[in-house]
Formats: sequence, C-alpha cells, structure tokens
Amino acid sequence: MKKIFLAAAALLLAGGAAQAGEIKPAVLFDMGGKFDKSFNEGVFNGVEKFRKETGIKYREFEITNESQREQALMNFARRGGDPILGVGFGQAPAMEKVAKKFPKQRFAIIDMVVDLPNVQSIVFKEHEGSFLVGALAAMASKTGKVGFVGGMDIPLIRKFACGYVQGVKYINPKAEVFQNMTGTTPAAWNDPVKGGELAKSQFDRGADVVYAAAGGTGLGVLQAAADAGKLSIGVDSNQNYLHPGSVLTSMLKRVDIAAYNVFKSAMDGTWKPGIQVLGLKEGGVGWALDQYNKSLITPEMKARMDQIEADIIAGKIKVHDYMSDNKCDF
Amino acid sequence: MSTASSVLKEGRLPRWAEIALLPAINVIVALLVGGLVVVLIGENPLEVVKVLLWGAFGFQEAIGYTLYYTTNFIFTGLAVAVAFHCGLFNIGGEGQAYLGGLGVGLVVLAFDGQPFYVILPLAMIAAGLFGAAWAFIPAYLQAKRGSHIVITTIMFNFIASTLMVYLLVNIFIKPGQMSPESREFAENAWLPFIHEMLGWFGISFEPSPLNMSFLWALALLVLVWLFIWHTRWGYELRTVGQNENAARYAGISPVRNIIISMLISGALAGFLGLNEILGVQHRLLLNFTAGYGFVGIAVALMGRSHPVGILLAALLFGALYQGGAELSFEFPRITRDLVVVIQGLVILFAGALEYLFKPQLLAIFRRIALMRAGG
Repeated sequence: MKKIFLAAAALLLAGGAAQAGEIKPAVLFDMGGKFDKSFNEGVFNGVEKFRKETGIKYREFEITNESQREQALMNFARRGGDPILGVGFGQAPAMEKVAKKFPKQRFAIIDMVVDLPNVQSIVFKEHEGSFLVGALAAMASKTGKVGFVGGMDIPLIRKFACGYVQGVKYINPKAEVFQNMTGTTPAAWNDPVKGGELAKSQFDRGADVVYAAAGGTGLGVLQAAADAGKLSIGVDSNQNYLHPGSVLTSMLKRVDIAAYNVFKSAMDGTWKPGIQVLGLKEGGVGWALDQYNKSLITPEMKARMDQIEADIIAGKIKVHDYMSDNKCDF
Repeated sequence: MSTASSVLKEGRLPRWAEIALLPAINVIVALLVGGLVVVLIGENPLEVVKVLLWGAFGFQEAIGYTLYYTTNFIFTGLAVAVAFHCGLFNIGGEGQAYLGGLGVGLVVLAFDGQPFYVILPLAMIAAGLFGAAWAFIPAYLQAKRGSHIVITTIMFNFIASTLMVYLLVNIFIKPGQMSPESREFAENAWLPFIHEMLGWFGISFEPSPLNMSFLWALALLVLVWLFIWHTRWGYELRTVGQNENAARYAGISPVRNIIISMLISGALAGFLGLNEILGVQHRLLLNFTAGYGFVGIAVALMGRSHPVGILLAALLFGALYQGGAELSFEFPRITRDLVVVIQGLVILFAGALEYLFKPQLLAIFRRIALMRAGG
C-alpha cells in the first residue's frame, strides 16, 4: 500500500518524463464499455494488438458515472500515464482540464478535437467511407430505393447519413433514400429490436439495401435484412461475417488502427500533437471486401468502386461533410 | 443488569448490539464473501482490501471523492428514511433527484448573471420544490386513491428520465454539440468546492468534487432528526407509519401525513441535484443520478432509518464507490462489474438479510446473560 503511494508520489514529482521506448500507456473507455461489439471494442482490439506485439501493458478504466471521467484521467496522469487515450467525444471536457494540468504528458482523444499542445485529436472522415458504401448500395439495388438506419440522432450520425446519400445519388441520381434514426439517447446505440423494425419498415417501402450506422442496434438491422433476403451494410468493424451473402459490405472506421498508432508512435517517438484527420487517403475509412461478400460484388462493381476511391483520394469527387455547416442538401 | 434482563425476558438484543454490532457483522460477512470472489479470479483479497481502503481514505483527494459520494447517499438515504417512518416505501428517489437537478438547472440557466447569494437560495428552493412536486402525485394517489406507492414512484422514475431526455435533446442542447447537455453555468453560480473553502482559511487540500452541499447534507441529518423525534409533526408521521387505524382513532389524518412525508422525502432526494448539477457538473446533463437514488434505499435500510446510521451507511457506500474505482485502476482483472458485485454483496447482507444473524447473536447474548445470572 505504502509502495503504491510512494510510487504515485514519485511519478507526480517526475511529471512523467517522456522518453522514446519507455511508455506507460493508458486507455479510458466510454460508458459503453470495452466489449460493446462496436466502437469501444475496436479501440480495445487495437490496444490489445499493441500489448501482444510489444509486451507493454497498459492501464485501462471503464467509467460508470460522469464524474469519473475527470477522476480517471487524473489518476492515469498522476501515475505517469503517457500516452493517455480517451475514447469518444464525451471525454473532451475532462481531457481539456487534465491535459492542461499535466503539460509534459501526452494525451490523445478519438472522435473529438481538444486543442492543446500535448493532445492529439483523431477524427475520421466518416462521410467518405459512407459515400463509398452508398455508391455500392446504389449499384446493388434493383428497386432504386435504399435505406439508412442511424443510432442516436447526433451530428456525427447525420454525417454518416449525408455521405451515404451523396454516394447513392452519385451512382443513381433518381434513387430514393429512406432515413430513420433509432432514438435520441445513448440507449439508441443498443436497441437491436427497434433497429430491426426500422429496417423492416424500409423494406416494406421498397428498399432492398439498408445501411446501419447504429452500434449494437445495427445487429438487428443486419438480422432483419438476412431474414427478409435483402442486403445490409455494416459499420465501424468488418461485420461481413455475421450474415454471409446478406451483408453487402461494411463501412470500416479503423479506430483499432488509430488506437494502436497512438501507442506505437509514442513508443517510437514519432507521436505528434494536433488534429489527425483519417480519411480514405490515410486508410482510416474504407469498405470491406472479403470471402464472405465476394459473391455479391461483381467485377464491374469492384472496378467502379476502385475508380471512385481513386477520385475521392485525388480530390475529383468532393464529399460534403455534414458537420462543416450542419446541412445536407442532396 | 437491565441489559441482561431484557435479553432474557423480552428476547431483545441490547441496543448497542442492534445498532452497531449487527450491521458490522453483516458488512464483515459481505466482505468475506466478496473476498472469496476475489480469490476465485486469482487476486489476493488482503491486497484488495488494502487498496480499497487506501483508495477511499488514503489521501486527500480520495477522502474528497468518498465524501462527495457520501453527500449523495445522505440525501437519498434520508429521503427513503423519512418515507419509511410513515410506512411508505419510496423507491422514486432516482426520479425525484433527477427532477431536483432539473429545477437547479432551470434556475441557474435563467439567473446565472446574478450574484451567488441570490442564486444559491433560489437553487436550493428549486431543488427541493421540484423533487417534492415529483413525489406529490404518487403521494396523492396513495393517500386518496390507494394506488400503491411502490408502483407509482417507480413508474415516475421512468417518466422523469423520458422528460429529461426530451428537454435536453430538444430544448437545452448547446447547438453544434454531440452530447445532449446544456451550456456550462457561469462560474459565479458554482457551489464553492470544499478545497476552495479550506483555502480561504489557509488550509491546503487536494482538489476533489466535494463541495458545499456536503455541509447542507450534514445539516439535514440534524434537521431530519429534530423533525422526526422532536416535533409533533414527526410524532404524527411515525404514528401513521406504525398503525394507520390507531392514528385515525387518535385524530391524526393519515392522508395529510402521507402527503407531507412524501413531500419531504421528494425534497430531500431533490437536493442531490444541488450536489451534482450546481456542485460538480456545472451543466444540465443526462443520467447524473447514476443510481444514487436506488442505493439510498440500501443506505436507509442499513442505517435503520436513523440519521446517525444513515451517515455511517452513506460513508460506507461512499467509500465502496471511491475505493472500488481505485480498485479497478490497480487490478486489471478486477473490472467495474466486479466492483458492482462487491457493492451488491454489501447491499444483500446489510440491507436485504439484515436480520440473518440476529437469532444466533441473540442466543449468544442469552448464554452470557444466563451464565452471569447463574454464576
């Protein structure tokens, strides 16, 4: 007990001198917990990969109430945590306070920007990835009608929806897109029953491809599509394997790579503060093609997708970001 | 000798054993069973207890956090206790606290340009008033219509949470923001933190969320004690709680007392909003009640609905919350879920099985008394 206290005090005094190769990584998960089959779990997979490769253990904490955010970050920082990774936009206010108090230690946050000299903010161009799967949905659709099921109605999810609509219209300007949000509270991330019902109602209106950007809720959407013999599109992680032959593709948001890179770059000494925007070009987003969905993708579709990807990377196709002006006029 | 005779004649435990020994045994047994769970997952239970205690009381910040949680539990524990004395089982503390926080938020969002001494009384009144108002409807339905208070209060918890979601998502949300939260209050409206207040007297204390509402919680412990045992209203209330028919026969109105006790209970729960919203979060947000309302039931049960007991039980749960958080920090194998298991064991033994060991204890006391009498 005394030992721990002394160690904590020593680290406090040392202020966590950052040296390459000698790091004490820590990760703070959001309310959903590290096994949420979605966003947090992606981060967990990334940091686990780092642990297995390097043998460096990391500290972790899953919060249970709001006041623990700051407490947990303080605890990490005081024990010399470096780098400290916060998962999700909810950690931003607490990280701002704590990172100011420990200017010599390195912090990183996913899905939000904290503008401080010792914080790395990682955000994704979800609109680009959604554009891609939207284009693929329009190519696969026979009815010219496709659907979108969002989780919680927040600007971030509207950004997914807006990119998707743009991708659909790029292939088929006359296509119809049905959009539904599951709810307005965090519970909307974990309501597969409602997700399935929303998907069914979209199928009834003629949609034959549905994109789920809804965390755990999406599992219900994918199930409903498999039951109805329609196509679905997964999100965040590669969900193609869940229903082979029914999941058209998955929009990949590589939080695992992002989390892994935070720790790895800190170890190598290449870590940099500031905003990191991970888009198609950086390999931060993309669409999944593997043995489970290759029967659904014809060579023509694949060629067309490659072209679109190249055009987005080259800047020939500009995908509008909903969050830049909170508008989506498409 | 009087203790011995009461043990022998009336089969009753001495008062100190009833109040202190029995709960202490329950807590120890709960910790022992918790220790078994810890052994099963392969950690050393002695180390775990050490870290738990160190995490709760080992350094200034830990003490601050422990007392901050304690503050919440005092409010909700007192709320449940006051209703208990009137024979009512108010499990709506969660919803009443939620509404209390809403009241605080509304007042502060409207007036936070004003000086602190204007805002503080307004916020306190709003916290109590909103909490009481949320308890009033179930109370009225119980008193006048006989709708069972357990059912109505728990349903009101759900209504409260839906109402808050509606308000925060549609009305109070700061534009261009992801989480449904209001804007931050102006800094002059915040309750002073205890470390700031100690700073005024030149005492340095590590920062923690512990704030002035802790003092209000302590004051309420005394006020509730005075009210329940030293006023006519408290006497009437307890009479209704013990025997409604006797109370009616004595000219005491059960309807009136049911409503009054629930109003007080709701107001006490509502003060949780003072601590969380005005003291710590400084903005209106979702789920700030985080189950404190429900833990208040365990606190009241363990504390035998007496302010002193509630203070001790609240302190115990505060220590478990704070020490538990430290625990999952120190031991990667002890997740937040295991901490909940340990807390649940304490609730099980101390709250639900509170008289589990009473017969055995009574037998021991009997034997001692007999030996003394015989010898």
